[in-house]
Amino acid sequence: MSDNRLLALALVFAPLSLVSFGGGQAIIADMQHQTVDIQHWMTGREFVDVFALSRAAPGPSTLIVALIGWQVAGFFGAVVATLAIYVPSSLAVYGAVRWWHASKDSPWRGVLERGLAPVAVGLVFAGALAVLEAARVDALQIFTTVLVAGLLLYTRVGIYTIMAATAFIFAALQFV
Amino acid sequence: MSSEPAMEKPRVPLSALLLVFFHVGVTSFGGSTAAWLYRELVERRGWLDEEHFMTALTLSQVLPGANPVNLSIYVGSQLRGGIGGTVAATGLVAPPFCVILALGYIYTHYGTSALAHAVLGGLAAVGIGMTLYTGVKLARTVRKPVPILIGAAIFVVVGVLHWPMLPVVFAMTPASIAFQRWSSRKTPA
Repeated sequence: MSDNRLLALALVFAPLSLVSFGGGQAIIADMQHQTVDIQHWMTGREFVDVFALSRAAPGPSTLIVALIGWQVAGFFGAVVATLAIYVPSSLAVYGAVRWWHASKDSPWRGVLERGLAPVAVGLVFAGALAVLEAARVDALQIFTTVLVAGLLLYTRVGIYTIMAATAFIFAALQFV
Repeated sequence: MSSEPAMEKPRVPLSALLLVFFHVGVTSFGGSTAAWLYRELVERRGWLDEEHFMTALTLSQVLPGANPVNLSIYVGSQLRGGIGGTVAATGLVAPPFCVILALGYIYTHYGTSALAHAVLGGLAAVGIGMTLYTGVKLARTVRKPVPILIGAAIFVVVGVLHWPMLPVVFAMTPASIAFQRWSSRKTPA
């Protein structure tokens, strides 16, 4: 029974891994459909809750699969689901890196790298905006975001100081 | 990779690689993994230069898979081959894997805590601020008007208008590369 569940987790998440072009947000809707409507591993409400948890935790948002796997088959379920979502895409990336590395003496590489730079910059800002929207942040968080970017750009305040101060202030505001 | 030429770059020990990615895995709130990796790999350790980092960043967004994991596979295997990629990705995913299971456990047994929610919300805001900072730093390396326009267009179309990222990237990247090819012919550096 438990083996079947682990197998089911792998069979659901490994294919999603290979179609997650553009990152985890691309497959969240499919993940919800599979988990809630097809496999009945969770209710819609539970899925929304684990989605919020995965946003709050550090690391990639696709780690939501660890929570789904845990719900389905305990600790090993979490491990299998996590491996299933990361290993197939990672192998594809590794292949691409090998190919990229092999063509390192090509005169095209410099041109390619300079051509990719503005694309990267545009996507970094788009990504920041996407996280802001997905997290449904309030005015205080938006203010914090802008303030942190300004502090990092124009002062020498360390990131750990900023993290500690922010955690303290946000906690203290709970008691005001 | 045996064909690696004897470059001036020192060979990065696997333990150092593991430590850096483990550290980033713990601290990368609010989707800030790329920003933390920029800080640790480019700014602090110089394992990658800015151009190379941006190539890695674009490729890890376009290829299938979670962007932070792809970036760690890319950087790890660039520095130390397949084993380096495995070490980097494991170091990156293991800490938040434990954190998220702990959060899940606390949530199912004790419900949500307003205090924890507030603190995590604050840390997520710091993470997004760090991503903005990284975007500004990287944007400074793009100087000519046409590339600036391309970067701005991608932000508006993908970020603001929510067009699907892949077709946009596949349309804009060749245009951007063609421009670089054209301008490098015009002014041979």
